[in-house]
Amino acid sequence: MSGLRFKVGSATKLSRGAWIAAAVLLVVLVLAPWWAEDSDMRSIAEFAYLVAIAQMWNLLAGYGGLISVGQHAFIGIGGYVLLILSLNAGISPFLCVPIAGAFAAVMAVPFAAVVFRLHGPYFAIGTWAVADVVRLVLDDIPAIGGGSGKSLTSALMAIPGWQREATTYWIALGLGFGLTLGVYVLLRSRLGLALTAIRDSGPASESLGVKVKRVKLLVYVASAGGLGLAGALIYLTKLRISPDSAFSVDWTVLMIFIVVIGGIGTIEGPIVGTAIFFLLRGLLADYGPWYLVVLGSVAVLVMFKARSGVWGWLATRFDAQLFPTRRRITIEDQPPTAATNSAIATSK
Amino acid sequence: MSVFALVDPVLQGLLLGGLYALFAIGLSLSFGIMRMVNIAHGDIIILGAYATLVVVNQLGIHPLAAMVVVVPVLAGFGYLLQRILLNPVLGEDILPPLLVTFGLSVIIQNVLMAVFSADSKGVHADAIQTASISLGGGLAVGWLSLVIFVVAVAVVAGLELLFARTGLGRAFRATSDDQAVAQLMGINNRHLYAVATALAFGVTAIAGVFLAVRTTFIPTLGPSKLLVAFEVVIIGGMGSLWGTLAGAMLLGVAQVIGFRYDSGSGVLAGHLVFLVVLLLRPQGLIARTRDL
Repeated sequence: MSGLRFKVGSATKLSRGAWIAAAVLLVVLVLAPWWAEDSDMRSIAEFAYLVAIAQMWNLLAGYGGLISVGQHAFIGIGGYVLLILSLNAGISPFLCVPIAGAFAAVMAVPFAAVVFRLHGPYFAIGTWAVADVVRLVLDDIPAIGGGSGKSLTSALMAIPGWQREATTYWIALGLGFGLTLGVYVLLRSRLGLALTAIRDSGPASESLGVKVKRVKLLVYVASAGGLGLAGALIYLTKLRISPDSAFSVDWTVLMIFIVVIGGIGTIEGPIVGTAIFFLLRGLLADYGPWYLVVLGSVAVLVMFKARSGVWGWLATRFDAQLFPTRRRITIEDQPPTAATNSAIATSK
Repeated sequence: MSVFALVDPVLQGLLLGGLYALFAIGLSLSFGIMRMVNIAHGDIIILGAYATLVVVNQLGIHPLAAMVVVVPVLAGFGYLLQRILLNPVLGEDILPPLLVTFGLSVIIQNVLMAVFSADSKGVHADAIQTASISLGGGLAVGWLSLVIFVVAVAVVAGLELLFARTGLGRAFRATSDDQAVAQLMGINNRHLYAVATALAFGVTAIAGVFLAVRTTFIPTLGPSKLLVAFEVVIIGGMGSLWGTLAGAMLLGVAQVIGFRYDSGSGVLAGHLVFLVVLLLRPQGLIARTRDL
């Protein structure tokens, strides 16, 4: 086996380039309050939080195999934590964002006790029913605006305009980049390996010592926490919240369409999907409800023609991965021969 | 508290259960036979209501007579939908059928919105919308509610007979038990699945016609009907149509009592019954004896 050198790693030339590009992009975007128009910043913030919520659905469904159509529950919870803490308890609205994330994650535990009793497609609808329960409960509490909701402007008035806009923008950016990175780190960890094993075969991974239930719960809680953060941030930008808008299934529709069109089960998919969503919405802005019809049709078409989405198709076509989570073997110096093959076999 | 205040909501709730059973049967059928859940199920109910509106306006017939047109049309739609869109994506992975029906739900809602606008619509029937039978002691039962309830019981009984006695029913049960073996025995499951969806959509269309006669409706009402149908199936216990009827009546009673207590709490009371059943008796009221 002399002279044979190989290494196991996940990085490629392309992925190293992607990291550098992402870092440069982050720096440029962080500086946006000094170079961009307000309207551009709002668009970038929206892009960032859509990527963030899409990543959370992707983590749950694409990697965890838990297909939920009720994830808007946690966006709504995040939004309402912001409302209650900033208006009623006088806590700084920006500080409310991490608290909202933590609270949504905690709420996910009792939710799981209910919805984890259901499986497959019934799990999906069960999550929706639970989201509707929270909406109806909040509908009935007049102190926080009841069914008509409340404006958040009074909580933000004390903060100077520039500081308010810039901080909100930076939080959005932080969530877009941070949650993407978070999913990446999670998948590179032991938990990521467990998730891959469960995806390939639940019973087999269970027999190898993977705690399937606990791993799924963990993913469900993590996804809820991320959506709670995003929910609080979203209503920081919208400044008005009502149960019907915060707990609207439209949030889940967006997450699902973005992830499926972009490419489910990939880190890059939600980013590509958000870009396609912005493009379609811009093109069809004058046609009212038809843009959702087109978006829905595109998602259905993807399920038929390219189940791994636009990014999945590109990745297999060009063998490209910007943020690889899978390890691969690279043989150095020698072309693969019988000797190298046996070397790989013994090295396992 | 008078006897009336106690008996009346229970009676009205039980009758409301008839409509809810009709909402739920289609959902229960497609899961029982194909392990498939149609997320657009509620939107099919609303589609049935709009179809009733169109038929009544075009032909000038009684809304209940519109069933003769609406039911076969939606059943045919179901057959084609299953063959063209759903059969190709059915398989081990549950995401594709869920996503396709989820997309369909968004598409149906927004097409209805574009065609009929977001304004609420309704159909005018004759006296049946308001006529009632007095039972004495201030109790009264609406004719329409009674008709709906009787139809629901008849549909459940008819389907149970179909499954127990006919060749088609046997094929459904065989496919439900083991799709691959059923296919080996010569069952054409692509056609059978399409027939199952046609059956499910036909029953759902009946629910849509009744909904149109009972109340006004808007394009975005579908999801709330899907949730009702889903809760009925879970409360009643999967795999039993009589259970579905029982679950529908329990949900109906819970909603009417909740509504009398506070007009905003009707739906919430229904949700709470669903949660309690799921936590305490996850197999539902009538436990599964077989898959259909």
